[in-house]
Amino acid sequence: MTTARAAAIILAKELRLEFRTRELLTATVIFALVVVVLFSFAFDPTAAESRRYGPGLLWIAFLFAGSLMLNPSFAREQNNETLDALRMSPISNFAILLGKILANFIFMSLAELVLVPVFAVLYNLSLAGIVWRLILVLVLGTLGLTVTGTVFSAISAHARMRELLLPLLLLPLLTPLLIAAVESTASLFAEQPALDRTWLAFLAGFDIVFLTASWLLCDHLLAE
Amino acid sequence: MKARITITALVALLIFCAGYAALFIAPDEATMHAIQRIFYFHVASWNAMFCAFFVAFYASVAYLVTGKRKWDALGVSGVEVGVMCCTIGLITGPLWARPVWGIWWTWDAKLTSTFILWLLFIAYLLLRGLVEDPEKKASLSAVFAIFASLDIPLVYLANRLWRTQHPQPVIAGGQGSGLDPTMSKVLLLCLFAIFCVMILALMDRYRLELLRNEAAELRYEIESRGLDASDGQETRALQKGAQ
Repeated sequence: MTTARAAAIILAKELRLEFRTRELLTATVIFALVVVVLFSFAFDPTAAESRRYGPGLLWIAFLFAGSLMLNPSFAREQNNETLDALRMSPISNFAILLGKILANFIFMSLAELVLVPVFAVLYNLSLAGIVWRLILVLVLGTLGLTVTGTVFSAISAHARMRELLLPLLLLPLLTPLLIAAVESTASLFAEQPALDRTWLAFLAGFDIVFLTASWLLCDHLLAE
Repeated sequence: MKARITITALVALLIFCAGYAALFIAPDEATMHAIQRIFYFHVASWNAMFCAFFVAFYASVAYLVTGKRKWDALGVSGVEVGVMCCTIGLITGPLWARPVWGIWWTWDAKLTSTFILWLLFIAYLLLRGLVEDPEKKASLSAVFAIFASLDIPLVYLANRLWRTQHPQPVIAGGQGSGLDPTMSKVLLLCLFAIFCVMILALMDRYRLELLRNEAAELRYEIESRGLDASDGQETRALQKGAQ
């Protein structure tokens, strides 16, 4: 079986599992919404101020939500030791990891699909004319978040206090991604929206570096 | 044992000479005066930190390639000693910055990157403390150390790109370009002395980790043969001590 096909099967399993209950997705959206509301107390949310702080706020909400949402990705395989079953199946470890990365990417993207319009309404920011460029930034940023987050979810699944450990491992590592994503989002929300190519290239570079590292290290990550 | 004591004594002598040279031999700096002398140890601790983290990165890769436990022991030693040097740098930096820049801290690219580096490797040590299974602990922390090391250039690059778009008036008041010849000699001595301290700490920590591994294995042996029925409490106390 090819890696792509195996990853697609894992992806289908993850999606089926989540859409039976939709617990994770609902909780993630609500959590990010809580963060967005809390930030309205940190500064005066007028249009000018929102333009300055909005992008940072949005991405910090995504990062916090992601670092909580990604936790069950491997942790729930621990309950009935289903990860061993996955490992015994004749598919590569990278296929397991890739399937989970893609599933988390879809969950996170769906959450963002709900959150971005709500955020734009609450903070008086206009999405008109920048939708496609914003989606490009969101896709690149979310990919980096989910690649590293899924790998670290596999790490923290074996630890005590894993819910606390995952953000501790993940958030400092994601600071370059945060800067790049915030800066490229900010240039889209500016008076004259523009796509910042430097930061976009940086985001793509971040994704490539950590996707490659995950591919190289996945056998050690999921080893017995 | 005797050799170790001799080496430790030599390094202690070396660090004493370095301290003396930095305080009394190096000439007074024109504008900053005495406070500038912290620079000899500040720069030296960064140098030692980079060496220690490089050892940790190399050992992590070597562990994943070979699977030998000694590389894991070297990896954790490198991180611990690196975090120690990083902490020294992070403390001496603000001590110098307060009188010279007028502020304890600025979110400049170098300072921010170092702070994040420190946080990442503290997270590594936390991770090791929270994973029970020794095999898992070794391989997972090696994977994390490699991810963290890959992240460092990205953190620095991102902060450089970002901060250079903003004015940063404070940083321009830092060290000038040319160093007095005596100053550079003292700096070299301090670089070497702190480097030796780092290597010494690294070697001691490495030995300690190997002993701990050996003790854990022996304890496992005792338990698997059911020999600890009488002094289970003591074994548990030992285990607690080893962690």
